[in-house]
Amino acid sequence: MLIRLEPRGEASRAMVYQSPLIAVVLTLLASMVMFWVLGTNPLQAIHAFFIEPISTLDGLAELLVKATPLVLIGIGLSLGFQANIWNIGAEGQLTLGAIFGGVLALAFFDVDTPFLLPAMLIAGIIGGMAWAAIPAFLKTRYNTNEILTSLMLTYVGLLLLSYLIHGPLRDPDGFNFPESRLFHDAAVLPIIFEGTRLHIGWLIALFVAVLAWILIVKHIIGFQIRVIGMAPAAASFAGFKEKRLVWLTLLMSGGAAGLAGVIEVAGPIGQIVPVVSPGYGFTAIIVAFLGRLHPIGVVLAGLLMALTYLGGDSAQITMNLPNAVTGVFQGMLLFFLLASDVLISYRIKFGSARTRESTA
Amino acid sequence: MKRFGKLTSLTVAALATATMAMSGGAQAQSDPLKVGFVYVGPVGDHGWTYEHNQGRLALEKEFGDKVKTTFVEKVPEGADAQRVINQLAASGHKLIFTTSFGYMNPTVRVAKKHPDVAFEHATGFKRDKNVATYSARFYEGRHVAGLIAGKMTKTNVIGYVASFPIPEVIRGINAVAIAARSVNPDVKIKVVWVSSWFDPGREADAAKTMIDQGVDIIMQHTDSPAPIQVAESRGVWAVGQASNMSAFGSKAHLTAIIDNWAPYYVARTKAVLDGTWKSGDTWGGFKSGMVQMAPYNSAIPADVVALAEKARKGIIDGSVHPFAGPIKDQSGKIVVAAGEVAPDGMLLGMDFYVEGVDGKIPK
Repeated sequence: MLIRLEPRGEASRAMVYQSPLIAVVLTLLASMVMFWVLGTNPLQAIHAFFIEPISTLDGLAELLVKATPLVLIGIGLSLGFQANIWNIGAEGQLTLGAIFGGVLALAFFDVDTPFLLPAMLIAGIIGGMAWAAIPAFLKTRYNTNEILTSLMLTYVGLLLLSYLIHGPLRDPDGFNFPESRLFHDAAVLPIIFEGTRLHIGWLIALFVAVLAWILIVKHIIGFQIRVIGMAPAAASFAGFKEKRLVWLTLLMSGGAAGLAGVIEVAGPIGQIVPVVSPGYGFTAIIVAFLGRLHPIGVVLAGLLMALTYLGGDSAQITMNLPNAVTGVFQGMLLFFLLASDVLISYRIKFGSARTRESTA
Repeated sequence: MKRFGKLTSLTVAALATATMAMSGGAQAQSDPLKVGFVYVGPVGDHGWTYEHNQGRLALEKEFGDKVKTTFVEKVPEGADAQRVINQLAASGHKLIFTTSFGYMNPTVRVAKKHPDVAFEHATGFKRDKNVATYSARFYEGRHVAGLIAGKMTKTNVIGYVASFPIPEVIRGINAVAIAARSVNPDVKIKVVWVSSWFDPGREADAAKTMIDQGVDIIMQHTDSPAPIQVAESRGVWAVGQASNMSAFGSKAHLTAIIDNWAPYYVARTKAVLDGTWKSGDTWGGFKSGMVQMAPYNSAIPADVVALAEKARKGIIDGSVHPFAGPIKDQSGKIVVAAGEVAPDGMLLGMDFYVEGVDGKIPK
């Protein structure tokens, strides 16, 4: 018997938004089977993974801290992805944002001024934009593939950070260890809830999400982004300037990633370290798609993805489950999401040999 | 941590009281002592994290029901570390080992929130009332390995696969150079930096390149067995790192410098159980058993083994110091005078190569 995928005429609008939920439910069910096979109580494991991490105020705060960079980057990326502009290098743009903002903090070390933090945030945005401007220039001028250029610049960015942190940015009192000195108070993001690590970066992320929503839904630029993504030919007939949109979306996603980078160093880390991000720039790609490239969806997806990390920690601490469980979880989530998406656009046909001949 | 603001310290104080009240109520006297470990890598079956986990297992063996151990592996050294350490402290762990340099500031911060928890940070330099630090004098092992390498090399070039140019790694390179040249003044050390603690591909490439350039002994300060495997296949010697790596190349494997955290972990846990735990700094070597040598390859001549063993015993009884003067830097300037030994301060901040090492430290 042959299984074929046959395109559906029109994808169900409702299902497009339901598929992430279906994917989450399927992931939960499949992971319960996995826990059962591993010999742990599935309900206990699910509890340790999804409930326990957010059962305290501290845990909730940590969830938002972890989600902040994912949401920020995810929002930025989703703008470009809607226009079929594939910025894969958010990790590098994040790194440059951390460097730009962090260098400012170190340059004005011990200078107590309320202007320092805003200046750092702006510097971070500029850093991310500058890094994203390179693929934008190469694409609009030489028609290079932005997937490759942005991805490869990520490694350049990480090496640049490595160079700086082993040299000029090193803590002078730090025994030559590759870390900057700790930022002084005026360069550290204020805490929202005392006693937790929840900093105002989360509010900034929500603000950016609102901005993105206004842009996409209410602004002509957002309309152009969506049209160029769905029907490039129509966009060019309508006279939309494609190059301008390439620049805009890359700069916006780069700026958001850079902002996420400076928020990480000025927030939970409080100094420049050799590894600012454990791959947020890449994880945010999953977040963007899980959130259907929609600002509200990206916020929710960022929270869910953050929860899988926190859950992985507590599953290790309370259940002695291996760290790999986190990776398996995220993998299953993406797998089920992609599978549901395929089934939204295609239906499965159990074809006979005759149909195979006719299609072949 | 003087630079912490008033707001933060107030917060910390408030939370500390809260957690103390909570944990005091939850933890009855008869409960086992919960000991937490934070690992930078996966446990695996050799290398840095593996050896820390061996130390954890030694605790369970030694104390049985009196302790309960927990570990969290692959914790990134950024914003996540603080969350994980805090989670361990908040869930009733009274002794927490954070086993990578990048956990230093997160450990100190969490410790301020949990004054009733003892923290032990590996390889760092910031301490507090409830934060102790510990590290091993791996350079003692490098000295022994360097003596063997100096005797065994035919080409007089030793290759060194290095991770990051931090004092710890530079100290190891210098210890090898000094020891090897003390038995064979013609020896040169070539260093290749791979900018990673674990990258089998780059480590193997580094080893291959150096062998092509005439190196016949590969040393490494990285965690993967790739350099040993390359040495085995190319028929040159190698020295293992952190664990006995002879399983990856039994012909090439001259010896290895083994990290052995078990004695320290047992002693510190016992101190917490007895109520005698105090903060401090421990830098252990051969003498305390923190550093050990793997069995010597049977192909090493008996007189070389005797030389190595004499040095190892000399380091234990204090008659041998791997950084005994005269030591010259690359420019030929004397940095440690004859009859003196390098003070710990110089060793801890070492940022120069000694004579005999090729190239420059990346800055």
